[in-house]
Amino acid sequence: MTPLTILNNQPGGVPPKAKDRVFDRKGKKPELYYRDQLFELEEKGELIIHRIGEEQDAVEIETKYGRKKKVPRNMTWHHKSCGQCGHIPGYSTAIFWLLRELGYTYHDPRDQTSCTAWNYYASATSNPAAQAAVALRNFAQAYEDGFYPIIHCGTSYGHYKEVREELIHHPKLRDQTKRVMDKLGKPMVFPEEVVHYSEWVHVMRDAIAERQTLDFKDITVTVHPACHYHKLVVEDAVYDKELYDGQRTAVVSALVKALGANLADYSTWHDCCGFGFRHILVSRDFSRSFATIRKIERMKEEANPDVTLTHDTGCVTTLDKSQFAAKAHGRNVGIPVMSDAQFAALAMGAHPYKICQLHWHGVDMRPLMEKMGIDHETAWAEFEEVAAKVKSGEIEYMSWEDC
Amino acid sequence: MDAIYADSQFQDVPYEEKKKLFDQVAGDMRYESMLYGCYECGICTAACPSARFYDFSPRVFAQVMAREDVHTFYELLNESVWDCSQCFSCLRCPRQNNPGGIITIMREVAVNNGLQSAKDALQAYSRIIYKIMSTGTQVAPDMLQPDFFPDWGPDVVQVSKNLDVWRRAIPPETMHTTELAWDVSEKTRMELYLIWKLTGNLEMIEQIDEGLFMILEEVMEELLEEHGYDIDDIDSVIDD
Repeated sequence: MTPLTILNNQPGGVPPKAKDRVFDRKGKKPELYYRDQLFELEEKGELIIHRIGEEQDAVEIETKYGRKKKVPRNMTWHHKSCGQCGHIPGYSTAIFWLLRELGYTYHDPRDQTSCTAWNYYASATSNPAAQAAVALRNFAQAYEDGFYPIIHCGTSYGHYKEVREELIHHPKLRDQTKRVMDKLGKPMVFPEEVVHYSEWVHVMRDAIAERQTLDFKDITVTVHPACHYHKLVVEDAVYDKELYDGQRTAVVSALVKALGANLADYSTWHDCCGFGFRHILVSRDFSRSFATIRKIERMKEEANPDVTLTHDTGCVTTLDKSQFAAKAHGRNVGIPVMSDAQFAALAMGAHPYKICQLHWHGVDMRPLMEKMGIDHETAWAEFEEVAAKVKSGEIEYMSWEDC
Repeated sequence: MDAIYADSQFQDVPYEEKKKLFDQVAGDMRYESMLYGCYECGICTAACPSARFYDFSPRVFAQVMAREDVHTFYELLNESVWDCSQCFSCLRCPRQNNPGGIITIMREVAVNNGLQSAKDALQAYSRIIYKIMSTGTQVAPDMLQPDFFPDWGPDVVQVSKNLDVWRRAIPPETMHTTELAWDVSEKTRMELYLIWKLTGNLEMIEQIDEGLFMILEEVMEELLEEHGYDIDDIDSVIDD
């Protein structure tokens, strides 16, 4: 029964209560998915499709319009995020830690650049050919390295999908990009699926829950879905009929449920975080106002969560860092912010400072850690012990073995 | 053609100049898939974060472009175009318009033409452009300075104070860096410089910040020369 049918059947046209409504995704499905159009280009000899092979041990999950998407679990090439690695290092570290703990092989490349899209959306000091060439250079490197690319940043994920669309529709752009790639001595390669790391976490959520060492039943969580994940070229985003009636992306939220935490809703879930690309760096009055007034305060009033989770660089940064100034003005803020990967790693017993690097975050995480059953004082002492060894020169770096 | 309103701004700018820039936006290859008409439903503006805190409306961009209002286009190009958050919440448009995408193109046109408003909007942003174009990573740990982020609280002071040690106290080997987000190989940076040269990106920078352009060209020239390239012999693939 469609929502329209239900409405028409109501006496006097009174709409049914939300619990009685049946939701079907009625969005306009693409006649031909971009993924499929890529294969047409390959048939014409214009590019190579980087296929997900058996070695990737992929899992199929449902996307917005019902298409099954393959998400690789193994032999992945990690397209890192400059904002995560630069300012939230526990974000990337937690992803790598999960891979190691779950026994998967991955490659953390040095032959990778940022997608450069943060700069592009902020300043427009680039153009489609440059953006496509940056994307394809990274994808060619992954192809040559023999690993499948998995993308850490929501904006890189969204932007590379834009690049895919532009390459499919514009032969002139393909020609320009081909000429750049020829000069670099690299092949024109595009992966068959554009995969975000949160999709990997999503397909691993039951395996993560099986290894869970902390009890999250008293932890209330709100989720901020990243704009460039689910609004920008929507057909690749992951949905699940069992979650939010399939009306909202399932990544992150499904993890929260799998780990036994309380998934709490709030009215402004669809709003952006306020990042703004240019704004977060040089016009932060806007970012702060939006993040605190439209997101954090709404969450506080409507759900009062212990933590809010998101799955993108800019969202963690904006939602977390904006709260200090707002608190100074007596606003109703004070929600710890972290990524789904950090939350999953903590659930599996990862060290809060050596692995999740929570000391790089702004909002005080200690009350949350106490509720999770983490002895943060001991953990900080352990981190400082290793840091002292680094500082004295006793060891050059902290290694995985030190964690 | 006269401006619609007597108090319109930029009346001293010739119509031909405004029309030239309008045509550059409308002539972009992406434009035809970004504007299909407007119901005036306001969904884009209701979803827009910038509309809540600025005198800004994605609907105005869609409508002005659809009715080819060159004068108001020029006002938008010089003012509120830089207020957009580029979150693409406006893609909820039931007509499949993409006001955020139109704004991306408008910003490119503003930069390519060296508009003073673009220079002003990006004045404080030059160090970021330098970082991404020279290293391949946009933000780096050493940007976390208290004078740049005074509103982010005491954790920035702590990070800045302990930066070198804290970076080396991160397990992944690629992240023991302070000037880059991760350790980008020299070969990869050289390939990135080739991309910037081959796609005319350096020339875009020259339009908005000549000093930054000169610094970037010097940095790139050195590495490219080490790998056997003469920066002056690398022609853009865009122009011809």
